[in-house]
Amino acid sequence: MTEMTYLRAISDGLRTEMRDDERVLLMGEDIGVYGGAFKVTDGFIEEFGEGRVMDTPLAESGIVGTAVGAAVVGLRPVCEMQFADFVSCGFDQIINVAGKMLYRQGLPVNITIRLPSGGGFSGGPFHSQNPEAWFMHSPGLKVVAPSTAEDAKGLIIASIRDPNPVIYMEHKNLYRRVKGEVPEGSYETPFQARVAREGNDLVVITYGAMVHTALEATADLDGASIMVLDLRSLVPLDEEAILNAVHHCSKVVVVDEANQTCAAGAQVSALIAERGFEDLDGPVLRVASPDVPIPFSPPLEAAVLPSVDRVREACRQLLEY
Amino acid sequence: MATSSTDVPTGPSTPADENPSAHLTVDDRVGLLRAMLSMRAVEERAMNLYRQGKVPGSFYDGFGQEAVSVGATWAMAAADRLCVLHRDLGAHIVRGVEPSVILSQYMGRAAGITSGRDGNVHFGDYRTGCVGMVSMLPDMMLVAAGMAMAFKLRNEARCALTWFGDGSTSRGDFHEAMNWAGVQHLPVIFVLENNQFAYSTPIKQQFAVNPVERAAAYGFPGVSVDGNDAEAMFEATRIARERAISGGGPTLIEAVTMRMHGHGAHDDMKYVPKALVEEWRQKDPIDRQSARLRGLGVDVDALVKEVKAEVDAAAKAALAGPMPDPATATDRLFAPRDADEILLEDGAAPWSGFGGSEP
Repeated sequence: MTEMTYLRAISDGLRTEMRDDERVLLMGEDIGVYGGAFKVTDGFIEEFGEGRVMDTPLAESGIVGTAVGAAVVGLRPVCEMQFADFVSCGFDQIINVAGKMLYRQGLPVNITIRLPSGGGFSGGPFHSQNPEAWFMHSPGLKVVAPSTAEDAKGLIIASIRDPNPVIYMEHKNLYRRVKGEVPEGSYETPFQARVAREGNDLVVITYGAMVHTALEATADLDGASIMVLDLRSLVPLDEEAILNAVHHCSKVVVVDEANQTCAAGAQVSALIAERGFEDLDGPVLRVASPDVPIPFSPPLEAAVLPSVDRVREACRQLLEY
Repeated sequence: MATSSTDVPTGPSTPADENPSAHLTVDDRVGLLRAMLSMRAVEERAMNLYRQGKVPGSFYDGFGQEAVSVGATWAMAAADRLCVLHRDLGAHIVRGVEPSVILSQYMGRAAGITSGRDGNVHFGDYRTGCVGMVSMLPDMMLVAAGMAMAFKLRNEARCALTWFGDGSTSRGDFHEAMNWAGVQHLPVIFVLENNQFAYSTPIKQQFAVNPVERAAAYGFPGVSVDGNDAEAMFEATRIARERAISGGGPTLIEAVTMRMHGHGAHDDMKYVPKALVEEWRQKDPIDRQSARLRGLGVDVDALVKEVKAEVDAAAKAALAGPMPDPATATDRLFAPRDADEILLEDGAAPWSGFGGSEP
């Protein structure tokens, strides 16, 4: 075990898998010589060379489309979108080419697409988004979102090894803020939920950066015993873990950093309404960003992103129900 | 990698200056005709099946454009990889897909390449090294560039080829693929199938400068070829492939042709001047190849009969096959972790220059 940041854990996972499997190559803008906008691939080009740590043209559709081509002839590309927001420029290749290839033609597309996502640092409308639900809605794509350093490493390795297109959401606001013990060597984190904290009175279901917001909000909440369920994987969604938590706690708050409408949490809420209704002792409450672009100025951004106070308020409201 | 091309080619090579059949044996030339006849016969049968209500949706064919896919594919080696467009059925035929499987595909039957999950020529049989298109064009230019990128990274003497239409040169993926291939100097062949119309839009409303001229701006040659001459298509592709596998980088080939039918079976094509269709009717690629071979004493009529009998039998087999089981509609969305890795496999490469493996 070594203590490292969430960001270093991603790097460690990528490096471990690249050493183990020469088919793995990294593609993205400024990832080679510069080491990536966030330095996730700092030093990689020296170890693996410019062929496997490829500085690409500024072309997101090109990055995804060529990755698909390389994958079907035997490579295992890991694409970096410099910011998750820019994935909209590569959307078509993900949705229509990568996501549907296996279903239509029986040909798997083993690519991983890393999306540095999320707000909290005045990134503004084009550097703060959480677009995971776009991909949840499109068949044939897996979507994962680690919240801890250990899972960041284990999920990047598992994503690369998974024979399907995997959208790997890495939250920028966790990069250097979150540290943790990370096992040495190679290991995989399963695409399943994890209980981040046990509890009995209420469960907060969330993922990514909001796991930390939820833990902080409920660490000492009027003595209530509050479970936090970290989904880790959004596709596949760990329905059993969600329903077990609902059964155990009977009260549920679902938190998304993403815009509220049709967010991952909406799917979780729908699942609970359909299959967990008998276990509920109150309405499912949601905390998410309102349906506006993520604004730039700090007081505006703080008004939009789910805060510790908003999560605490929702939990209090439901506990009193 | 990413060796950029510093020497921008000064001008297109002109394969028409050479004898286009210099690298073709009589068997090759017959093979080209046979594949074109097969494509036409399969598509004509499919159109009849469509009119009988047996092909769901609409039907899209490549009538009059057979030379583009057949000629180009004839130049491709077994280990090369192809991304095939919807008017290029000939590519699948040359690579070894059986007519009965194609007709099953059109009819949405279980025996089709996509088992009914996609229609028309939206298929690729990975066992023949082909990836099927998506409807967003020209997405597959990037996929082909990516295949070529992998070949180059692994120092393999292979290339990738893809087709796309005149309309798709207006989209951003055309630029991204051309630029990417030029910057990384990739062994890829881009075949622009200029059939004068994108649905109803004529090329004069599509571009101000012929896209073949843009190739030089991306750092590689563009050549215009008579797309209704299978042998000229073969020769241009053969040269482009030689360049690609010897490290010379990409080539853009413009195959000048004409869409002789509507965009789909539902389209009466009244926006196309009749005189234009008549003019191109005189340049029919099958008539031209037949005339050549008759001149060499080949019994073309016998070949036509043989292909017709084959397609008759194929239609019978396809019609006898079942529709897909509705219970399978949600299967195979994800590949299981423990399954054997599936990659594109080698296809048939019948050109005598490769030793002439039969399709």
